[in-house]
Amino acid sequence: MSKLVIASIGPASSVQDGGRHGAQRYGLTPSGAMDQLALAAANTLVGNAPSAAAIEIGPFGAVFNARGGAVRVALAGAPRNADIAGRAVALDTSMTLADGETLTLGFARGGSFSYVAIEGAIAGEPVFGSLAVNARAGLGSPYPRPLQPGDELETQAASGAAERRIELPGAVDGPIRVVLGPQDDEFADAEKELFLNSEWKISATSDRMGYRLEGPAIKHLHGHNIVSDGTVNGSIQVPGIGAPIVLMADRGISGGYPKIATLISADFGRFAQVPAGKAFRFKAVSMAEAQGEARKFAGLLRSLPDRLRPIEAFDLNIEALRDANVAGSAVSAVDARTWQTPSADALAQD
Amino acid sequence: MAATLSPPRILPSGDSAITVEFSRNIDDAANQRVLALDRTIANEPVAGITETVPTYRSLLVHYDPVLVDFDALGKKLAALAQRPVPTTSKSRRWRIPVTYGGEHGIDLEDVARTLKTTPDDIVARHVGGDYRVAMIGFSPGWSYLSGLDSFLHMPRRPNPRLLTPAGTISIGGVQAGIQCLAGPSGWHLLGRTPVRTYQLHRDPTFLLEPGDRVTFSAVDAKTFAELDRAAENGEIVAELIAS
Repeated sequence: MSKLVIASIGPASSVQDGGRHGAQRYGLTPSGAMDQLALAAANTLVGNAPSAAAIEIGPFGAVFNARGGAVRVALAGAPRNADIAGRAVALDTSMTLADGETLTLGFARGGSFSYVAIEGAIAGEPVFGSLAVNARAGLGSPYPRPLQPGDELETQAASGAAERRIELPGAVDGPIRVVLGPQDDEFADAEKELFLNSEWKISATSDRMGYRLEGPAIKHLHGHNIVSDGTVNGSIQVPGIGAPIVLMADRGISGGYPKIATLISADFGRFAQVPAGKAFRFKAVSMAEAQGEARKFAGLLRSLPDRLRPIEAFDLNIEALRDANVAGSAVSAVDARTWQTPSADALAQD
Repeated sequence: MAATLSPPRILPSGDSAITVEFSRNIDDAANQRVLALDRTIANEPVAGITETVPTYRSLLVHYDPVLVDFDALGKKLAALAQRPVPTTSKSRRWRIPVTYGGEHGIDLEDVARTLKTTPDDIVARHVGGDYRVAMIGFSPGWSYLSGLDSFLHMPRRPNPRLLTPAGTISIGGVQAGIQCLAGPSGWHLLGRTPVRTYQLHRDPTFLLEPGDRVTFSAVDAKTFAELDRAAENGEIVAELIAS
């Protein structure tokens, strides 16, 4: 059996999939990938089911070795430099590691989470239909915790299928859309305006449970204690100090702070990818618009198999790309999909 | 007599969930209505609903907005919530063994002092209660119970503990609790149970359902140790006394 061995990996990296559904009534958090579109794109590239388990890699880098045979993988999500044995590889493509070869991923640039899907998926023992790591509940397979150096993920031998790229819609950089409620009546209109009209940043203390926001303090009308009620991915709670917390994939399933608004589901993955410290804004939309976007997002997920393309020479001019990198210019290996051969002037900059 | 039920508030929790809110407070009648609506949806599945989460005062209904929209589902839920709450709803009743005080319940003596009574009186009042699982939350199997003797209502600890043991039996505010996994808690720790309300690779993985009735029985530390070993091996050491 082939396996992918983790040689090194940053924190906040774990096996994740479509999540563990149906047991929130027992206090069990769904977990699952923070960016479901990127997970599905990576899986589609290697022929897996869209919500199959893959490696979610946090903002820092990772190094993987193929052992016991060739391993075919795909990379999607946050852009980062990537190479196999020194050959640059592109985001949103599949790639095969020969036995003994190393895949090296750099820091995330302009995002937080990337996904490495493995052809044939990751072997493990599902609980409630999921391998997703939920460290607090001791769940996840093959390891019920974030990945560490030395961990081994067993999978099938690479099929030898032709490598492909996937054409995804261009990145959207607009405000993060929300629907007000369920407890927006716990806030005066002026506080809701403050929430919607301010610039926010994600605190570095954020994690898969919740993203803490830095910005103005939001005041409550009647204090910050409500009787706990249910939460969803993207619930925006306002605790006593007034700094909102957006509940993410590993959220507690109930919470006792008023929730001023909720992310629309189509923007959840996009929000999960906002890097700590980058300014962004919220925008309130109607329920009709939010549900229209949810249906569009479902359509996008369904369309992924039709978005696969063969890799052609102009897509991945590896040699030129490597030359550019060796020359130390700012050409990005991960933007190879849109990358143009640099001009002599650009290469001469150094 | 069919008293008119006040309509619940139908609140949006984003585009894929609706909070059906029966009360803003911890309210036994509201919780009964939450559990009744939860049972109705379980017995008569509604297209598009993917999962329900009962809490003290509201039912969170997750749904797929591709299959049903907010307005249609909100109306449907409001109508279902107007059905009368069955007065003699069949629910299971469990007897759960607890070892009180000492190392098993480090706050028992402090609670007795605060309430100006004896530890034995606290135990008698707690063990004599007739409880219902109002909701499960916070962490897997953490069961919030209604029905705590009002004499035992007291504020939570000002400084929550970062780590409390698995199986902790505690009280906080007007609530009693059965905690399954070790974890943080700001409640007062009265005892421990060997019962695992959540245990992987056991059938059932989750022992208690929202709406189940619960009574406690006091056992000594030796019995606790024996039952704990049995429970570790997957045995269900809670007693099902009625269903």
